[in-house]
Amino acid sequence: MRRWGLLAKEALTQTLTFARFFCLFHVTNHYLWSPTLVFGPSMLPTLNLTGDVILAEYVSHRVGRLGPGDIVFVRSPVDPNKIVTKRIVGVEGDRVTYFKPRNGDSCHTVVVPKGHVWIQGDNLYASRDSRQFGPVPYGLIEGKAFFRVWPPNSFGSLG
Amino acid sequence: MSCICILGEISIMAAQNFLWSFTKNCFTFGLIGLTISDRYASIVPVRGSSMSPTFNLTTDSFMGSLSDDYVLVEKFCLQKYKFSHGDVIVFCSPSNHKEKHVKRIIGLPGDWIGTPMTNDVMKVPNGHCWVEGDNPSSSLDSRSFGPIPLGLIKGRVTHILWPPQRVRHIERKNHENILSPS
Repeated sequence: MRRWGLLAKEALTQTLTFARFFCLFHVTNHYLWSPTLVFGPSMLPTLNLTGDVILAEYVSHRVGRLGPGDIVFVRSPVDPNKIVTKRIVGVEGDRVTYFKPRNGDSCHTVVVPKGHVWIQGDNLYASRDSRQFGPVPYGLIEGKAFFRVWPPNSFGSLG
Repeated sequence: MSCICILGEISIMAAQNFLWSFTKNCFTFGLIGLTISDRYASIVPVRGSSMSPTFNLTTDSFMGSLSDDYVLVEKFCLQKYKFSHGDVIVFCSPSNHKEKHVKRIIGLPGDWIGTPMTNDVMKVPNGHCWVEGDNPSSSLDSRSFGPIPLGLIKGRVTHILWPPQRVRHIERKNHENILSPS
């Protein structure tokens, strides 16, 4: 009888330790920073096609310290299960001028509405971004990329 | 004399130990609570009358926040972003990411929504949904700000938990104004 009691206590302690580590892991990965694998041609030449490991931080977008020039991770407005990496070109109130290279170089100007941001990939020829799906609400931003860890020859902070 | 000093020192150390373990426990419970509220379910109060009579049946401004309904919001739906018509959801406002609103999903991607005001139909784009409040006369919803991206949704309301006489499961309600492909 006593053996079962001791066994139960041991199991409970182990479960609590596991729960503590799991919660710490979750809070760090969603509120502080985490490493992410990025791939795709839309941010060339800043980010490589595949194999880049980027550190994403989750503090700036919560305190509202994001501005034009920041590389951000955004939940795609076209498919909520995908997270895309783009650069912020304009924030609310900015007047953004853009052109679509495939559409005969036609130039358009748009004012970014309140609560939205205009995102574009660095590789304008191979990027589906705000030029196709319009300004995205600020609430879709998941994090900001601030440091590249891999490959080693481009180790360093991202501008 | 030295006995009193030693006793004083021991009691200070005991108080420091107690304070330290109390802080550690608070921190652990805070982390666990935050994880559960992000991944599984949380309890939030509903303000305003845009979802009357489903929530906040009586909008008594004298009672104010004392008469708000408290609801259970589940987060399992965020794994695949799979929603159905009639789901009541919590989402970040598209014009101010710090505000959260509670409305019902009327249209999913691919549905045609008819707006009786302008006698006009529009198709809900991919990755978006059309939301409306149950009380159309006092609800700021997709009829003003258009369809919202599914990525703004932060959870789905399943039950009312408070006040006790209104505890019940929230049912899906279908709308007569839409045409679905299926």
